[in-house]
Amino acid sequence: MKKILRSAATLGLVAILGTSLLAGVDRLTASRIAEQEKRVILEQLGQIIPDHYDNPLLQDRISFQDEQHFPNGQTVTAYRARQQEEPLAIVMKFQAVNGYNGNITLLAGINFDGSLRGVRVISHKETPGLGDGIETGKSDWILNFAGKTLQDPEPQKWAVRRDGGVFDQFTGATITPRAIVDAVFQALRFFESNREFLFEEPPEIAEGTAP
Amino acid sequence: MKIGQIFKDGLWQQNTGLVVLLGLCPLLAVSNTVVNALGLGLATTLTLVISNLSVSLARGLLRPEIRIPAYVMIIASVVTVIQLLMQAWFHDLYRVLGIFIPLIVTNCAIIGRAEAFASRNSPWPSAIDGLATGLGFCLALVALGAMREIIGRGTLMSQAGLMFGKLGESLELTLIPNHPGFLLAILPPGAFIALGLLIAGRNWLDAKRSGGKAQLAENTGKEPGMESPA
Repeated sequence: MKKILRSAATLGLVAILGTSLLAGVDRLTASRIAEQEKRVILEQLGQIIPDHYDNPLLQDRISFQDEQHFPNGQTVTAYRARQQEEPLAIVMKFQAVNGYNGNITLLAGINFDGSLRGVRVISHKETPGLGDGIETGKSDWILNFAGKTLQDPEPQKWAVRRDGGVFDQFTGATITPRAIVDAVFQALRFFESNREFLFEEPPEIAEGTAP
Repeated sequence: MKIGQIFKDGLWQQNTGLVVLLGLCPLLAVSNTVVNALGLGLATTLTLVISNLSVSLARGLLRPEIRIPAYVMIIASVVTVIQLLMQAWFHDLYRVLGIFIPLIVTNCAIIGRAEAFASRNSPWPSAIDGLATGLGFCLALVALGAMREIIGRGTLMSQAGLMFGKLGESLELTLIPNHPGFLLAILPPGAFIALGLLIAGRNWLDAKRSGGKAQLAENTGKEPGMESPA
C-alpha cells in the first residue's frame, strides 16, 4: 500500500514539474508566437490586398458559415480592407473541399466591384510534382485568377479546359485545379449576393490575433 | 563507458535510423528535402539530450513500475517546450515541419534511449548518449534528404532561408538546372527505396572494413553491430 502511494506521489511530482515547465515556457513564448502568427497572416494577405487601405486589417474581420457555397461545415474568415471607411476589397479564407488529397486552404481577394484581386493557396496536401503547381513558387497558374469576374469568363466557362472552361489543368492533375476553380467560383457567387453583409457586418471582437 | 564508444555507437554501430531502425515514421516522412531533414533531426537531437539528462537525473526516484509513464511525461514535456520555442523563433520552419514536431514524442528511439541507457547511467554520459544518438539520427535523415532532394528536385538545401535566414538563402544550390522533377524520389515509396539503399551502403561499408568478421557474422546469422537490442 505504502509502495503504491509512493509511486503515485512520484508520478504526480513528475506531472507537476512537467506542467509548470510548460506553463512557464508558454508564458515566455506566447506573445512572440502571437506576433509571428500575425506576421504570417499579414504576409499572406499582403500578396493580394491593396496596400492603400487604412483600417486595421487583422481586427476588421468576420467569420461565418454558409453550407451552400462553402461546404463541409467550414468556417470562413473574411478580412475587410477600407480606406476612409470606404470599402476597398475583402479577403476570404476558405477551403476547397474537392482536392485530390484533402482540403486546400485558399485566400481569395475580391474587390468591392466584384472582380478578383487574386487567389493564393495557404496549405494543401496535393501530390508533389503534379498537383502542387497551384503554389506560386511552382508555377504561375494561380495568378490567372486576377481580374476575373462572374461575367468574365461567363459562368459555364468557370471550369478547367477539360470540362470546357478557360482554366488550364496540369499534366496528370485535373482534380486539383478543378477543385480550386469551383471553390473560387462559389466564393464569387457568395460575394455577389452577400456583399452588404460582408462589408457592413460589425467585426468580431478580436482578442490578440487572428486565427 | 567511454565517450568515444558512445559516439561510435550512436553515429555508426547502433545508428537509430540505419541499424536499430527506430523512429522510421518521421525519418521517411520528413526526409524529402535536406532542410526539412535537418530541422527535424536537430529538434530530435535536442529532445534526446534533454530527455536523457532528465531521465538520468530522476533515475533514483523512479520505481520500476512507474518508470515508463514517467518517461512519457518527461519526453512529452520536453517536446512541447521545443515546439513552443520553434514556433516562437523558427516559425516558418515550424510551419513546414508541422505535425512532425509534436510527433517527436512518439519516436520510439527517444524512449528507447531513456530505457536502455539513461535509466542506468549517470547524467553526463546520458546527455552525451542523447547527443550521439540524435546526431546519428540527424545524419541518417540528412543523407536521405540529400538523396531524395537531388534526385527528385535537382536542388540541394532549397528553402535554407527558413532555417538560417538571409545567410541561408545563399546556401541554396541548383545542381541540375531545369530538372523536370522525379516524382518517385519525392513520394513516400522513394523514401523506402532510398532508405534501403542507405542501409545496404552502410552494411557494405561495415563488411568491407571488418572483412573476415562479416563472414563470421554471416555464418552465425548475426549482423555486426546488432548485438544488443535497443
